[in-house]
Amino acid sequence: MARAPVLTFTDRGIYCPAGDFYIDPWRPVDRALITHGHADHARPGMGSYLATHQALPVMRHRLGTIDARGISYDEVRTIGRAQVSFHPAGHVPGSAQIRVEVAGEVWVASGDYKVVDDGLSDPFEPVKCHHFITESTFGLPVFRWPDQVDVAADLNAWWRGCVDAGKTAFLGAYSLGKAQRLMSMLDPSIGPILTHTAVENTNVVLRGQGIKLAQTVHVTPELNPKEYPGALVLSPPSAQGSAWARRFGPQETAFASGWMALRGIRRRRAGDRGFVISDHADWAGLLWAINQTEAENIYVTHGYTDIFTRYLNDHGWHAQVIPTQFEGALAEAEDGG
Amino acid sequence: MKRFAILFNAIDQSTRTTVKVAALADYFADADDMDRLWTIALFSGRRPKRAVTTTRLREWAAEASGIPLWLFEESYAIVGDLAETIALVLPPNPSVDNQSLTHWINALRGLADVDEPARKAFVLQAWQRLGGAERFLFNKLITGGFRVGVSQKLMTRALARATGKPEAELAHRLMGNWHPDDVTWHALIEAQDASADASRPYPFYLAYALERGPDALGGPAEWRAEWKWDGIRGQLILRNGHYFVWSRGEELMTDRFPELSRAIDHLPHGTVLDGELLVWQTGAAEPSSFNALQARIGRKKVPKKLLAEAPVVLHAYDLLEWQGTDIRDRPFAERRALLEAACADLPDDAPIRLSPQHRFAQWSDLAALRTTARDANAEGLMLKRADSPYLAGRKKGDWWKWKLDPLTIDAVMIYAQSGSGRRANLFTDFTFAVRNGNELIPFAKAYSGLTDAEFRQITAWVRKNTIERFGPVRKVTPHHVFEIAFEGIQASPRHKSGIALRFPRMSRWRHDKPPTEANTLDDLNEMLRIYG
Repeated sequence: MARAPVLTFTDRGIYCPAGDFYIDPWRPVDRALITHGHADHARPGMGSYLATHQALPVMRHRLGTIDARGISYDEVRTIGRAQVSFHPAGHVPGSAQIRVEVAGEVWVASGDYKVVDDGLSDPFEPVKCHHFITESTFGLPVFRWPDQVDVAADLNAWWRGCVDAGKTAFLGAYSLGKAQRLMSMLDPSIGPILTHTAVENTNVVLRGQGIKLAQTVHVTPELNPKEYPGALVLSPPSAQGSAWARRFGPQETAFASGWMALRGIRRRRAGDRGFVISDHADWAGLLWAINQTEAENIYVTHGYTDIFTRYLNDHGWHAQVIPTQFEGALAEAEDGG
Repeated sequence: MKRFAILFNAIDQSTRTTVKVAALADYFADADDMDRLWTIALFSGRRPKRAVTTTRLREWAAEASGIPLWLFEESYAIVGDLAETIALVLPPNPSVDNQSLTHWINALRGLADVDEPARKAFVLQAWQRLGGAERFLFNKLITGGFRVGVSQKLMTRALARATGKPEAELAHRLMGNWHPDDVTWHALIEAQDASADASRPYPFYLAYALERGPDALGGPAEWRAEWKWDGIRGQLILRNGHYFVWSRGEELMTDRFPELSRAIDHLPHGTVLDGELLVWQTGAAEPSSFNALQARIGRKKVPKKLLAEAPVVLHAYDLLEWQGTDIRDRPFAERRALLEAACADLPDDAPIRLSPQHRFAQWSDLAALRTTARDANAEGLMLKRADSPYLAGRKKGDWWKWKLDPLTIDAVMIYAQSGSGRRANLFTDFTFAVRNGNELIPFAKAYSGLTDAEFRQITAWVRKNTIERFGPVRKVTPHHVFEIAFEGIQASPRHKSGIALRFPRMSRWRHDKPPTEANTLDDLNEMLRIYG
């Protein structure tokens, strides 16, 4: 019974023949279903977009005028012969796994996900399926995220230390998701949180859709750093050490990412400090999520695909690596991890 | 271990020298004597004898963390550090340990006397008891190699701050063959007579590279010039009827160079020479290439045949101790005059030769001479100020190395491999090829010379342009041309191209050149003919 698979992997992205749509395509197509608003998943030039109501504002902000429709989590839509629904992925606000069912066969494309609750995004919900498409950005057993309460304590201790030493604390993070998560971990009693434009623009969009965020001060060209003693500045990592940053005088820099779990990378990337905070699942998180889906067939996309796939195959799954074209995102993952 | 872990974290978390020195100085001021002695030992590459093989460690770590061995090995390949990989894959443990650093070192050394099951039980228990940085450090005690960004210079600065003694004196005290087993903190750092150990070398004085010619150095009359030899730097110590040979990396190499024992017959007791170890055939006009010396360095015990085929001499260029007196403070010209006098009567077959100085009236004479360095199998010129004392470590101002420009060739990148450790998520190790008709012939691997930004750029490109994978190695579209710089070229039947390069690295990313304009195998063979 040669039946076309529910989802196929093409050079434009994940394609559903039964519904004639793509998931997170990276080349222009007519109909795109988008898991979340990060630039490597929500690309410009699609004929139409479908994403969660919570993901749409950021996508509109980033992509300009687009033909986009919203969908609620768990709401089922029929597209062609496919039943489609979106389920929380816990990666960033509005992020979703996309469930596609055709004639009783269920596939889930999980996009990026994490299984710990960041207090900001709707927490990851496992979806039972036959075929599960997973990332493996941190698919090695050396990645095990520390308790985020402990990390928050370290982060605030570092900030307090900077204040005591008369320095400005510069914390680098991806502007959608990671930055807002850090804002929720920071202790506002230490000092004001200043934001780079890239971060603040996202803050404005998220606040506009009713998400509660800590108070921040946008760093405009007119802002006088002297009026904000003890400040912490949140910016994309690229802004650290730039002319933009120098006006804040003596400073320490830190970087928050899952990659900071490795000492070598921490020493290369982190400046003064590296904090292990990731919006992706760690090794145990990936395995837990895969187990929860009860899927037998696993498709591994980003990261340590070869190793993770071998492990899954050795442990009873049918796993395969998805072709390398899907890897375009990894370079960004270094910053976004 | 708690106190040591705090010190380690303070050093490891910072890239600032001032922070590291302060953390070390605090530690040296208040830690237990044995602990601080061991700390100096560990940070200067002295470690307890390995109690457990790394093979066993890997097996036990995989077992204790419930992962297959192959997965542990894959993880290790990416993390790049065995101690860290083990610490990361084991289940987390928040506990803090109150035993001292010395306690753990002694416990590890005690393992030499017990059988393997007992060793395993000890290691597994330690992994259960120690958490976080302590577990990593415990593993480091076993595997060795505390590369934590603490240079000898930084450590002596911290010790100077903690003890009030001058840095240069401390640097000298820390040199040589001492081990925490045979020395106390007091004897090593505080006692009056620091030269009790006959084998103790002086810290080497290291030159900076002269980037832009010598004109800015002032009048040529104040300077002396010699070849910069392409051998290995060595310090020959003759004291009490014994001889000792030290490498610049503070490795005792005496046994590797038995021919130098005859120096005792020709020079008086209480002599310390600084010079270059070179393979030099009897009667030859210039030394053999570095390759010949490499065969010697690799052998701890030298077979007779090799000793005859590749005889080593010390080309002496400085005298640090004469008649038992440390003369490093005297001007170079004076030390050199003493050296010349000492070497005046050496017979031709003595294992020591005086490294000649070049006469020059103007800098332009020297510039012309430099272009002929390759003919003398030298790497360039050394410039030393006539009135300079012999300092400790790398210091700017009095000594300069003025090296030849490297040889270069434009090559096509054909394979890429990701790095480990600091470069774990970047492609940094590349294989390069030259053209031969329609074929691309691999001839060199290189992994340095690009900026972090360039590595990120090429990494993104590799990910999108992989043609084939062989485990960690990726074959990529032959598209990017790099200028490969290298110091020497040799025939090598082991390589497909038939050549081997010395110190290949990427000197320039030739965005302007398509692969069809890269150099050819014929070009490479022509370079071999001229420079090989």
